[in-house]
Amino acid sequence: MSPAGARALRGQMIVIGAALVVLALFADVNGIRPVLLYASVIAAAQPLVFAAIGEMVVERAGVLNLGVEGMMIVGAITGFATAVGTGSALLGVVAGALGGAALSLIFGVLTQIFLANQVATGLALTLFGLGFAALIGQSYTGQTPPPFPRVDLFLLSDAPVIGRLLFAHDLLVYVGIALVTVVWGWISFTRHGLILRAVGEDHDAAHALGYPVIAIRMAAIAFGGACAGIGGAYLSLVRVPLWSEGMTAGIGWIALAIVVFGAWAPWRVMLGAYLFGGVTILQLNMQAEGITVLWLLTFAFFLLAVQASVDAIIHGRGRIGLVVFLWASTLAAGSIAVFAPITISSEYLSMAPYLATIIVLVVMASDTAQARLRAPGALGRVFRPRD
Amino acid sequence: MLSFEPRQGGPLTQIATPLLAVLATVLAGAVLFAFVGAAPLATLETIFVAPLTNPFQRSELLVKAAPLALIAIGLSFGFRAGVWNIGAEGQFILGALAGGAVGLAFWQVDGWWLLPLMSLAGMLAGFLWAMIPALLKVKTGANEILVSLMLVYVATNLLSALVAGPLRDPDGFNFPESRLFHDSATLPILVEGTRIHSGIPVVLLIGIGAWVLLSAHVFGFNVRLTGAAPRAARFAGVRPGAMVIVCLGLSGALAGLAGTFEAAGPAGQLTRDGIANNYGFTAIIVAFLGRLHPLGILLGALALAVTEIGGEGAQVVHGLPAAATDVFQGLLLFFLLAFDTGTRYRIRVATRRTA
Repeated sequence: MSPAGARALRGQMIVIGAALVVLALFADVNGIRPVLLYASVIAAAQPLVFAAIGEMVVERAGVLNLGVEGMMIVGAITGFATAVGTGSALLGVVAGALGGAALSLIFGVLTQIFLANQVATGLALTLFGLGFAALIGQSYTGQTPPPFPRVDLFLLSDAPVIGRLLFAHDLLVYVGIALVTVVWGWISFTRHGLILRAVGEDHDAAHALGYPVIAIRMAAIAFGGACAGIGGAYLSLVRVPLWSEGMTAGIGWIALAIVVFGAWAPWRVMLGAYLFGGVTILQLNMQAEGITVLWLLTFAFFLLAVQASVDAIIHGRGRIGLVVFLWASTLAAGSIAVFAPITISSEYLSMAPYLATIIVLVVMASDTAQARLRAPGALGRVFRPRD
Repeated sequence: MLSFEPRQGGPLTQIATPLLAVLATVLAGAVLFAFVGAAPLATLETIFVAPLTNPFQRSELLVKAAPLALIAIGLSFGFRAGVWNIGAEGQFILGALAGGAVGLAFWQVDGWWLLPLMSLAGMLAGFLWAMIPALLKVKTGANEILVSLMLVYVATNLLSALVAGPLRDPDGFNFPESRLFHDSATLPILVEGTRIHSGIPVVLLIGIGAWVLLSAHVFGFNVRLTGAAPRAARFAGVRPGAMVIVCLGLSGALAGLAGTFEAAGPAGQLTRDGIANNYGFTAIIVAFLGRLHPLGILLGALALAVTEIGGEGAQVVHGLPAAATDVFQGLLLFFLLAFDTGTRYRIRVATRRTA
C-alpha cells in the first residue's frame, strides 16, 4: 500500500474508532448495556460481513455482480428449508451457501459466456431471486428453525466482560472472521490471489499471459454467491430467526456499498459491515426507547467533524472553517437534542441505514484520486477472448 | 469452444429476440410450476391466456401497462447512454406523494386546472428525487445505481410516514391512508365499466413523442451516440455530466408523472400498498423487453401487464404467492439478456487455432 493509502487508512481508523467509542458511551448513558449492544451489533453485521467479503472477491476478479440481494434471499430460504427439513441448522448454512452459489452461476453463465451486460444481469438476478425465494418459501412462513449451536468455550465464555465480548458468539461469527482472514491472506500473499487480482485489473493482459480468465471469474462468482448465501442463511437461521418474504430488505445492496466503503480491502470491508450493523442497531434501539432522532444528526455531524479534523491534521489539507463549522453543528444538534428532544415516527428512523449508505458512497467517491487507484481496473467490463 | 464475433443485428433479429425470450420464459415457467407442485398448464393458462380472454382483465391490461410504459420510456434513454437509474420506484412514489398532496390540498375545490397541477407537482417531485443521485454522481462521482436504489427505501418509508401522519384521512379512524380524491383530482374514466382513465392516451402520446425525440432530435442522437461510442460522443461535444443529469431528470419526471397517474387513477387515494407496488422495478424489464425503443416499450409494457394481471389471477385461483410474477419477470430478463447475445454477436463453434 502506498504511503498516501496508509495515511488515508489511518485517518479512517480514527474516524471509525471515534464512532465506536461514542456509540458505546451513548448506549451506556441511555441504559443499554454496551456489552449486550455489542453482541447485537455483531449479529446485525454478520450477514453483511459474509455478503460483502464474497462480493469483494468477485469485484477483485473484475466482475460487478449486482445480484447480491437475490443471492442472499435465496440462501436464506434454501438454508431455512433445509434446516427445518433436516433439523440441523448447520446443514442449513451449507444449503444456503449452495443455493447462493447455484443462483450466482446463472449470472456467471450469462455474463461470462453469453457476454451479457453485468448491471442488467445482476438486476435480473435480484428480481428473480426475490421471486423465487418467495415462491419456495410460501409454506415455511411461521415455522421456527432448529436452534443454532452456540460455541461454548467452557470457562472463557463465562468470564465477566471479556467472555461476553470475545467468546460467546455463535459459530458463524468465528467462521466469518476466519473467512476474512483467509481471503485477506489468499489475495495478498498467494500466487493464485495475485492471478485473481491480475484478471480483475486487466483481463486482456491476464489472458495474453495464458490465465483462464473466464474460469477464474466463474470461480470467483460462485464463491461470492456462496458467501451471500451464507449471509442470507445467517439472517433466517440466527439473526431473525424466521422466514418472511423479502426479509433481506436491501441488505444485499448495502453489502455492495460496503465493498466500496472498504475500498476492496478485506479488513476494511469487515469493519464497514460492523459499522453498518451499528447504525442498524442504534436505529432499532432509538425506535424502541423513543430517543430523539436529533442524536442521530449529532452523531452524523460528529463523524464528519472528526473526518474533517483528521484530514486537516494528517493530510494538511481541508479548511479550518469547515472543521469549526462541523464541530459547531455537532454541538448545536447535541444541545437541541438535550434541551428540546423532539420525537418523530419510526419510519424516519428506518431510513437511517439507507441514508448512511448514501453518505458513505458520497464520502468515498469524493476521495477521487484514491478511489480510482483502488477500484479493480476491469470492474464491470465485458471480456471477449480473441485468439 | 464458442467464439463470438461482433455484428450488427438486422431488424428481424431485433424483433425475434424478445419473442423468443417470451417463449422460453413460458416454457421455463411451466417447469418451475411443476417443480413447486402447481399444475403447470392450468397455471400458465391463468397467467397468460385469461388476461387476454376475460373482457374486464383485458381492460385492466391498459391500466397496468400505462405506468410501466411511462417509467420504462424514461429509463430507456438513460440505459442507452449508460446511466443506470435503478430507483424509478422511489421517483414513482415521490410523484404519487406530491401529486396526491396537491390533490388533497385542494380537497373539494373543483376546477379543470387541478389535474394538470397535480401532474406538474408529481413530475417535479420525481425530477427532484432523481436529481439527488444525478448531482451526487456529477459532483462527487458517487455510484448512481446504489444511490438511486437506496433512495427507494427512503421513499417507501417516507410514504408510510406521510400516509400515517400529515396526509392521513382525518375521518379515517386512524387507518394509514389518505382521503379518497374528489372528482376534480381523479382522472376521468374513458370507458364505462372499466378503469381505463384519461392518463392512458397521455402515455401513448408521450411514447410517440419519445420516439420522435430519440430518432429525429439531436438529443436522441447524442443519447444513442453516448451508448454506442462514449469517446466519440465526448469528441462530438456531449458532456457526460450533462447527459447524466438530463437522463436521470427525464426518467425521474416521467416516473413521477406515472406515480401521480397511479394515485389519481386506479389507486384513488394514497396508501402504502396502493402506491408502492414495484412498478418502478418491473419497468426496468419492460425497457429491456422493448429493446429500449419507445414503441417497443409500449408493446413490452402490455406483455408485462399480462403477467402482472395473470399473476394476480394465479394468486386467487391457484394460491400462488404474489412473487411468482417476479419469478416470471426475472426469467424473462434472463432470457432476453441471453438471446440478445445472438443479435450482437455471430456465434461460431470455433476450432482452436494456434497463435
